[in-house]
Amino acid sequence: MEFATNIALGLTAFGLVAGCIRMFKGPTAADRIVALDLVTILLVAVSSLLALRLDNSAYLDLGLALALVGFLATVGFARYLEISTQVPLDDEDAALQQGDTELKVPSREKL
Amino acid sequence: MNDIIVSILIILGGGFAAIAGLGLLRLPDVLIRMHASTKAGTLGVGLIVLGVSVYFASSLVITKALLIIAFLFLTAPVGAHLIARAAYRRGIRLWAETRMEDAAMKTGSFPAKPTNENSPHPMVDHDLDESHHS
Repeated sequence: MEFATNIALGLTAFGLVAGCIRMFKGPTAADRIVALDLVTILLVAVSSLLALRLDNSAYLDLGLALALVGFLATVGFARYLEISTQVPLDDEDAALQQGDTELKVPSREKL
Repeated sequence: MNDIIVSILIILGGGFAAIAGLGLLRLPDVLIRMHASTKAGTLGVGLIVLGVSVYFASSLVITKALLIIAFLFLTAPVGAHLIARAAYRRGIRLWAETRMEDAAMKTGSFPAKPTNENSPHPMVDHDLDESHHS
């Protein structure tokens, strides 16, 4: 039982680390928002597993509050990205906004 | 017996969480990455919370767990839809192998394999690029 909880915590931690890597290096702002969404959802899973591990059901309340706050953060960032024209989408977009059109063609093959 | 059910549920949920992270890391494009993270992540968390409610087996904990699951299943599609709409309207670059064939989609005979090998990137983000930084 405790062994299974440890395995599940390890697997979830792997997902969290992968989400953090994507949030760090994601080429566009939308990638970072998707990674933030996944990280908050996985933090709900971690708090539920802590409730199992520490035998204390109060950690589920933490998970509920995290789910609420995470949804609000996702909606807020998505609306901000959609409305604002000031946020550059990625490096290439930032270069285009400064008038450097030479970057456009070669780096399209990057993805 | 209870412990076995709880162990199976939480290990399955952890596996789905790890698959979601792996998909977020490896897939090529924002919309495709969203596919991995939203579906697999929500399913993994749902399984884990279900396992916790089986372990405690009191009405208060089961209510909280069902509340978490219902809330996640309601909000994850809404959040994913909002991110996808924002990314599409800002003119995100699609994966180079993404194909859009409007006429074939309308008649429902979308080819499983692309037949037009001469033009490898039809319609990928050409008119999206002009529209978003004006």
